[in-house]
Amino acid sequence: MTALLEQKPGRAARKRRPARAVNALGGASGLGMGLAMIWFSLLVLIPLAAVVVQATTGGWDGFWNTLTNGQTQAAIRLTVFQSFFVTMLNVVMGTMIAWVLVRDRFPGAAILDVLIDVPFALPTIVAGLVLLALYGPESPIGINIANQSTAVTFALAFVTLPFVVRTVQPVLEELDKDVEEAAASLGASRLTTFRRVILPSLVPAIAAGAAMAFARASGEYGSLVLLSGNLPFETEVASVRVLSYLEGGYKAQASVVASVMLFIALVVIVLLDVIQRRVSRRG
Amino acid sequence: MSIKFKAAVAASVAGLLTLSACGGDSSAASGEEINLIAYSTPQTAYQAIQGLFQDTDEGADVTFKESYGPSGDQSRAVEAGQPADFVNFSLESDVTRLVDAGLVADDWNTGEHEGIVADSVVVLVVREGNPKNIQGWDDIVKPGVGIVSPNPASSGGARWNILAAWGHVLATGGTEDDAKAYLTKFFKNAVSLPGSARDALTSFTSGNGDVLVSYENEAILARQNGEPIEYIVPDETLLIETPAAVTVDAPAVANEFLSFLYTPEAQTEFVKSGYRSVIDGISVEVEGATDPANPFPTPKTLLTVGGDFGGWGEAKAKFFDEGGIVPVIQEETGTLE
Amino acid sequence: MVKTSPLVRLVLRLTVVVYLVGLVAWPVTMVVRQTFEEGFTYILDSFDDPNVVNALQLTLVATVASVLINLVFGVTISILLVRYQFPGKRLLSAMIDMPLSVSPVVVGLALLLVYNPRDGWFGKGLAEAGVQIIFSTPGIIMATTFVALPLVIREVVPVLEEIGDEQEWAARSLGANAVQTFRRITLPSIRWAVIYGVVLTLARSLGEFGAVKVVSGNIVGATQTTTLVIEERYQNFDRPTAFALAFLLMFAAILCIVIVSILRVRHESRSH
Repeated sequence: MTALLEQKPGRAARKRRPARAVNALGGASGLGMGLAMIWFSLLVLIPLAAVVVQATTGGWDGFWNTLTNGQTQAAIRLTVFQSFFVTMLNVVMGTMIAWVLVRDRFPGAAILDVLIDVPFALPTIVAGLVLLALYGPESPIGINIANQSTAVTFALAFVTLPFVVRTVQPVLEELDKDVEEAAASLGASRLTTFRRVILPSLVPAIAAGAAMAFARASGEYGSLVLLSGNLPFETEVASVRVLSYLEGGYKAQASVVASVMLFIALVVIVLLDVIQRRVSRRG
Repeated sequence: MSIKFKAAVAASVAGLLTLSACGGDSSAASGEEINLIAYSTPQTAYQAIQGLFQDTDEGADVTFKESYGPSGDQSRAVEAGQPADFVNFSLESDVTRLVDAGLVADDWNTGEHEGIVADSVVVLVVREGNPKNIQGWDDIVKPGVGIVSPNPASSGGARWNILAAWGHVLATGGTEDDAKAYLTKFFKNAVSLPGSARDALTSFTSGNGDVLVSYENEAILARQNGEPIEYIVPDETLLIETPAAVTVDAPAVANEFLSFLYTPEAQTEFVKSGYRSVIDGISVEVEGATDPANPFPTPKTLLTVGGDFGGWGEAKAKFFDEGGIVPVIQEETGTLE
Repeated sequence: MVKTSPLVRLVLRLTVVVYLVGLVAWPVTMVVRQTFEEGFTYILDSFDDPNVVNALQLTLVATVASVLINLVFGVTISILLVRYQFPGKRLLSAMIDMPLSVSPVVVGLALLLVYNPRDGWFGKGLAEAGVQIIFSTPGIIMATTFVALPLVIREVVPVLEEIGDEQEWAARSLGANAVQTFRRITLPSIRWAVIYGVVLTLARSLGEFGAVKVVSGNIVGATQTTTLVIEERYQNFDRPTAFALAFLLMFAAILCIVIVSILRVRHESRSH
């Protein structure tokens, strides 16, 4: 009984027991579902819908004009590109960090483990201020990346750090070593073992972490405000563009950009969800 | 099922929320309360002025609820329903927005001072010692000089800066094309365009750029707080006029507060914060000014939006709206990269 | 067990350490250094300001509310998502992740559009009934709850999926009713996932800034949360207070995370 009940928080491990036939909603669970949906609608769905509706108040023309505005396009492109790049960076570094934390014991590893959660704990404006102080014009080590696109990457890498690490770690911990040893004993090189045996089991976790990292990166604002300089066409991200529109009184245009970002995020989330299912079904 | 239990908990939490909303804003003040909504810079001045007002007969029982932030944000918040009795913004269009929304009477600027409570001018802020030897507008568009200025799309402060920059070209005999060329060089030299004037100051003091285009009173305030900066009042610059108004539903005492702002005591507080007074006769040493004994030198040419740009309505349409001069130049400089 | 060569192991270790130190550890030490430049003075002095104290209280209220609401909502939705079948389940699951990707600016805009007292879809009617959402505490609570919404769910759902429902079926067939099954079987099995999700929600709620800024009105002494005060103090040339408050928030969040990790390790080692 205890063996089944005790587990670690985190992603599903490779061994997944198929769920029994799921129930249909009815009675009390239906009520619960109803209440939960009401709350979710009031808090999330309706407000987000209001943004989309606001975006349509300019008509098709307004929508198109906003999207074809050079500065807006640049902002969206920069955001998507940077978020994608940082997500890839996290996929690599996150997996590496998880590996080192799980498979490599050395003094001080515990401190590194705590460090992973810091980006979650630090308010974004503080992160921005601090990164500016350390890697800006007054950098004590002479690295000045302020007001360049590198600054955007830095800030995004900071805020998305925990996502892939924390989804991969529990899976790595749960990994069944037997298969690895079997592969090794059959003569597979370490790299092959990693590629063919370990990596596939990690992919769902990595995909899940990547989805969250991309989502978070594409919406980031607080840490970028001072560090990136908000230079149009260079370091202006979509969320800053939305704010610019808002402050100019262009609510409809702001909503257009916001809706586009929502749509992109939704697409990425769904895509990674599909990857997750595809791989776990094969595994 | 458990769901029922949890639903009950959720419902009671929601109920608590609603209760807190109802009870939330009931400030049981025996006197009156003035909701003061202003842009960020005059915070220090107002906190002193409030005390002085409360010393008077009219203000004896009055308490203040205040909010400070970027002028545009504050104006929009009031438009969206934030309680406001007295407003002070950095741009006339932020008051006009409220007039259009029916929150401020349209005769707000017909009084003696036309609704303006404090003035300033556009200045160029440099690092202590002025290492790049910046003396005027032409020096900041030289190659290799990094400009920090707020983003004209989002900041009211930026608009004063742009108009000042444009105006100086025309005032020294240039044509509109010369002015456009100047602005193009200006944006090319821009290293940071933060969202608000205060953000721009923070960006500059954090080490970005070589020169910050800002308000004189911001520079003075920063120096009062020990920031290692200097500022230059260019020969040609623009008069910054900050408007204030009382909302239609405000208590009568809010009007008295507005009148109080034109008294020497109140204006002295503004001046101490680095503003130029709108009434005559205020002469006080201003710590933080380049020369505290003569804190507000008169520039050779002082432009005004009303006199030289046809008022904010025209200026906004010509320069800042979609298709206006500034967005076009920004697009050009951006795509030229 | 794949034995990596010592060289590979060293390289990996070095890369990871450099990355984490440069990206995280060094910025954190800077916050700590700035805060304790004069010992505890900055922190203690900041408590003298009634606006700061008010902000800390407001942050606490918003955070506790956000944690409670997301706990109840999160566990409910997780169970419904995993143990039940209904049309639109996949879409709901994707929508649940949205709050993480919505920029705080957009969150603020969205809530403002619907709940502002002048012409919000619901806000107008609510205002007439005397209920203030935007520019008041409930709006702050809503914004904070919004941004942390997926966190509990994302921790609990995989665990629920993994452990399967045989135990629950067994309990039911033995005659346990729904509440008993939930309390005795389901809840204990997801306990650690819930706790970790709660801690993440807490950390996220403590640090929320952008959305709160838009919906609160930033009224000094009334609707300013600690993060808003941090920005204001920093921009009003009062860096000591700004860093002191930033440190407090960071410390509180990290403390909870560390305590949970320790408890989890202790619990696991005990049951081995």
